[in-house]
Amino acid sequence: MYPFEYLKPADLQSAVKSASASGENKFIAGGMTLLPTLKLRLARPDRLIDLSRITELTGIRVEANRVEIGAMTRHADVARSAELRRALPALAALAGGIGDPLVRNRGTIGGSIANNDPAADYPSALLALAGIVITNQREIAADDFFTGMFSTALKSSEVITQLRFDIPKRAAYAKYPNPASRYAMVGVFVADTATGIRVAVTGAGPCVFRVALFEAALAKRFTPDALEGLSIPADNLNNDLHGSAEYRASLVSVMAKRAVAAALGG
Amino acid sequence: MSADVEERTLLVELLRKNLLLTGTHVGCDTTQCGACVVHVDGRAVKSCTMLAAQADGAQVTTIEGLAPKGALHPVQAAFRANHALQCGFCTPGMIMTAVELLTHNPKSDRTGNSRRPRWQHLPLYRISQHRQGRRRCRADDARDGLRSGRCIHSNTSSRRIYSLP
Repeated sequence: MYPFEYLKPADLQSAVKSASASGENKFIAGGMTLLPTLKLRLARPDRLIDLSRITELTGIRVEANRVEIGAMTRHADVARSAELRRALPALAALAGGIGDPLVRNRGTIGGSIANNDPAADYPSALLALAGIVITNQREIAADDFFTGMFSTALKSSEVITQLRFDIPKRAAYAKYPNPASRYAMVGVFVADTATGIRVAVTGAGPCVFRVALFEAALAKRFTPDALEGLSIPADNLNNDLHGSAEYRASLVSVMAKRAVAAALGG
Repeated sequence: MSADVEERTLLVELLRKNLLLTGTHVGCDTTQCGACVVHVDGRAVKSCTMLAAQADGAQVTTIEGLAPKGALHPVQAAFRANHALQCGFCTPGMIMTAVELLTHNPKSDRTGNSRRPRWQHLPLYRISQHRQGRRRCRADDARDGLRSGRCIHSNTSSRRIYSLP
């Protein structure tokens, strides 16, 4: 790692202030992506601002119709929360399938959303559930948040404080994990929400995306069969040593059907 | 204890180089293998992917701190009784990981799928305890763990020794 300055502010205001200092500043949450990146010298920030001391960023609040999760809440805590497992089991189950238990003990929901890795799990949940990203400055709808590979609508001194989800009628996530990394080769989150059926796909393309074709079919009939014969074009899908674009396109259909079946309790 | 370290010092470097606690090993150094697992405030984490500064104020337990000097933790005793190690390099990480698994899932066993979270891709999984009132690993469980193969060393030789497929 190149040298950097390390700060661990106790409150959000100081964190934001530090982030506006000159040079390149990076917030660090769990560090499960950032630290490996620094070790490979793929990034050279002047300053790391650790958010872990800011207690208001941690915790899960379940209300009648919605769930709010603090950005610094670790995957293991999302997966284990009894309240969340009752209110939004699809999200708790997704968190329990991220990486491995050691990664889940460090990684955070806010960090994952802010990083927007093309194969991360959480972005698909946020997009399919029409979640809201709450920052120190504003609220951003999921549809406007993810702007491309590793890129989001966040500004440089903007910090995610909470993620808000309306509780859907039913939802499920089905992922085909890379057997080594457990990143999604393809992960599909299907949600039956107040604003309609939403299907979000991660791992397949450069950035999480919705599939209007599947959403329309499922709006007519919410069963795995409704997706029979439907597929998305392989153009622009990821093509790497783990799988071809055509393979991933096929997985999108398969995982979508499995997610629908799971949402129906199958 | 307190130590002055550079900001970029990893927790595992602090443990091994500054404090000479060399029971924690560095395997892959890329957040994958789990050889370097220690507990930070009771949670099993990869100490190669945490800055020493991030552990400031936390309680860190390494393999050296699991049991009093000269004694074995029940999980260490179970590993020993069941020959649940090959070269031993990643064993400290396996044990620290297993201890946390059992803390959160005291009823983990070979058949308790519904109670067991997704630990299957760890170096060692499927551990039983409280059997006949004693905590222990079962030899076949250890075999399964080696077959699942996140141990970064000698998968071939472990297959040979345990006659795995």
